[in-house]
Amino acid sequence: MAHKILIVDDEPNIVISLEFLMKKEGFEVAVANDGDEALAKVASFNPDLILLDVMMPKKSGFEVCEALRADPNRTGLQIVMLTAKGRDTEVAKGIALGADAYVTKPFSTKDLVAKVKEILAR
Amino acid sequence: MKAKYRFMLAVVVLGLLMTGPFVVTSLLVWVDMKDAERTMLTELLLSRLPIGTMMTLFGFALGCLVLHKLFKQYVEGLLRMAETLRLMLGANRNFRVSLVDGPPEVQQLARAANDLAQQRDVLMDDVDAQIARAKASVEEEKNRLAALMSELAQAVVVCNLDGRILLYNNRARLQFKALAQGPTSTSGGALIGLGRSIFSILEKNQVQHAQDVINQRLAGGKTALANFITTLRGGQLLRVQMVPVLAASEGAEAMSGFVLTVENITRNIEQEARRDQVLHSLTEGSRAALGNIRAAVTNLIDYPDMEAELRERFLTVVGDEVSAMSQRLDQTMAEFSDSMKTRWPLEDILGIDLIAAAQRRIEDKLKLPIKTEELDDALWVKADSFSLMFALVFLASKLQDHYEPRELRFRLSSEGKLAYLDLIWAGPAMSSETFYTWEMESMQVAGETTPLSLREVIDRHGGEIWYQREKAAHRAYFRFVLPVAIPEAVHDEERVRGSNRPEYYDFDLFNFEDQSIDLDRKLSDLAYTVFDTETTGLEPSKGDEIIQIGAARIVNNRLLRQEIFNQLVDPECPLKPESIPIHGITEEMVRGQPNIDVVLPAFHEFCEDTVLIAHNAAFDMRFLQLKEERTGIRFAQPVLDTLLLSAVVHPNQESHKLDVILERLGITIGTRHNALEDALATGEVFLKLVPLLEEKGIVTVRQALEAAEKTYFARIKY
Repeated sequence: MAHKILIVDDEPNIVISLEFLMKKEGFEVAVANDGDEALAKVASFNPDLILLDVMMPKKSGFEVCEALRADPNRTGLQIVMLTAKGRDTEVAKGIALGADAYVTKPFSTKDLVAKVKEILAR
Repeated sequence: MKAKYRFMLAVVVLGLLMTGPFVVTSLLVWVDMKDAERTMLTELLLSRLPIGTMMTLFGFALGCLVLHKLFKQYVEGLLRMAETLRLMLGANRNFRVSLVDGPPEVQQLARAANDLAQQRDVLMDDVDAQIARAKASVEEEKNRLAALMSELAQAVVVCNLDGRILLYNNRARLQFKALAQGPTSTSGGALIGLGRSIFSILEKNQVQHAQDVINQRLAGGKTALANFITTLRGGQLLRVQMVPVLAASEGAEAMSGFVLTVENITRNIEQEARRDQVLHSLTEGSRAALGNIRAAVTNLIDYPDMEAELRERFLTVVGDEVSAMSQRLDQTMAEFSDSMKTRWPLEDILGIDLIAAAQRRIEDKLKLPIKTEELDDALWVKADSFSLMFALVFLASKLQDHYEPRELRFRLSSEGKLAYLDLIWAGPAMSSETFYTWEMESMQVAGETTPLSLREVIDRHGGEIWYQREKAAHRAYFRFVLPVAIPEAVHDEERVRGSNRPEYYDFDLFNFEDQSIDLDRKLSDLAYTVFDTETTGLEPSKGDEIIQIGAARIVNNRLLRQEIFNQLVDPECPLKPESIPIHGITEEMVRGQPNIDVVLPAFHEFCEDTVLIAHNAAFDMRFLQLKEERTGIRFAQPVLDTLLLSAVVHPNQESHKLDVILERLGITIGTRHNALEDALATGEVFLKLVPLLEEKGIVTVRQALEAAEKTYFARIKY
């Protein structure tokens, strides 16, 4: 069965590419545009992996990540954080809060796909 | 008349007294006698002459002995006492005449003298106490100024119009020490010192130009102030601000000196340059690539039906350029991440100092006990300590309100360029929602408020904060991430030496201009270097070498304990085991130290423009002179010897060893037989000798040199 990926980002221009790419790779894809929607989609869509942007309205990526990590039913969920800032302090925070990987924009799509596959294969 | 001649005269008188009356009586009797009586008497006398002469000679010898004894006890004893009394009058008030030797009359005199001295001391103490009270307030103000100066974070130097340094603070000393080039660094900041010229550090022309600017502004009634930036030999950039010291007298304002505030801006300039570079590489560097992409994309949009091959080529252009741009961005960020950090001014602070301060405040304000776990005590962080402290106390009070922990703990660690400061407590899990509200609200602790939120404080530091649980230990912590700082210079060294107020200032130097060594100037007017050496042995000509040079400066009649030269020297030959207990310097201590070829030029620079002083100077000078040929360094300045000067002042004392002189002059010092300590002791001795020499009419350096040469000790030693 294909893995399920939830894409969480408020920028449609990157969502379109990510959605296209992940579908091409054979994943089942859902999209959320802010933090609150992301938490709702996790409950309904039950993804294996989230591509989570940090800077979002309503709830930041950090908050979503913390909320998900606090949920004992979601221990198997993999979280890959995406950010346009990429400061070392932020990376440290993301990893400390339980993200499995931290990817800085702009990124190579090829590398992102490789990373997602690698994490799902763990 | 000298005591010696008087003694000889007394002997002659004794001889006359013993023979005179007999000869005169005989002569009178002789004249009165008849011839027969005379012949009889001659016969009688001649036969008894040997025994008579013997008796007379014996009596004379006995008389001489008694006379000598009396002379020793009364005349010389009194002479010695007179010297001691002079000592009590001048150099050492607490000295007392010895009561044990001498006849009872002299002893009584001694006792009376001591009693008088005692009475005088009581009176003097009383006067001293009154003067001290009067002086105290003046001194306190001076001290306040000195303390203020020495603790200032800016480097401050005050000079007279000649550019001679009258005052500098600790910051200035550290800053210039860090800038010292080459072998000068072995001298421990020889460049800066009271009475030294500022022009050895700063360009003379620039300083004088700034003076001119100030004079003009003064004349024009404007704020007297001048700024300049100067480059040092090592390429370091200093920003200097000059304000005048105005003479208090007369109607027109005239400059009598100037205050320089010095800031090393090399780092700031470098950082600015790096920021410019980043900006440049992100703007100019992206222009061409963006142009290529734009052209290709426009073509693709405008001509949707172009050939497949051409279309493919345009797409390749877009792909290549975009990946190149991403790469450049990553590279720039990696290289310049430090320069991109926030511009809020942060200070370098030792992590444990920050924690200690927070601990005090939390315990004080919230009555909440604080403990510490593992702390990296060598970790420096960049912080705005006030706002950070506020944030820590704020979080502690929030925790207290919500979870009532029994205690809080601090932990400090680091990973690469990031420092982790953790505030730990034991208790139930908190919701991250709660923490996010805390992060955003304006902080408020025990009546104190700030418009800042925790988030803003963290952003100022270019840092991060988060909440994390240690499930196994049933506790949680807030982790502050702060940038690690590399401290600029050694901040705290040498606080130990001279725990009393540092001698960083001397306002009497305002009128102290010419520094050249003129032998006819007063002893108290010149600048001196007192020094001492430790050596492998006592025979320089047989290969003994210098292993330590210690020196201090005397300026304006003050021993400057902060301006010292203290350097071990590698003798490049094995130490003699029997000498090690004397100087306490071991093989390990000298190995790896600079050799004499490096140390001597630095010491020479330290002594520049000063008269040298040493105890038994001939010995130390011999070692220095033997190196003249090899190093090309000549110590041509005049040399004063405290051993000889002591002999000039107290010719009747038997010993002029340093220890004995120290005791005689009432100087107590700590350890000895370390070149620096001995040099300092010699300096103290010299300062005590100056007024004693003046009493003897020896006022100038030339007179002191001549008197020293004439002493008994000089003749037997050389």
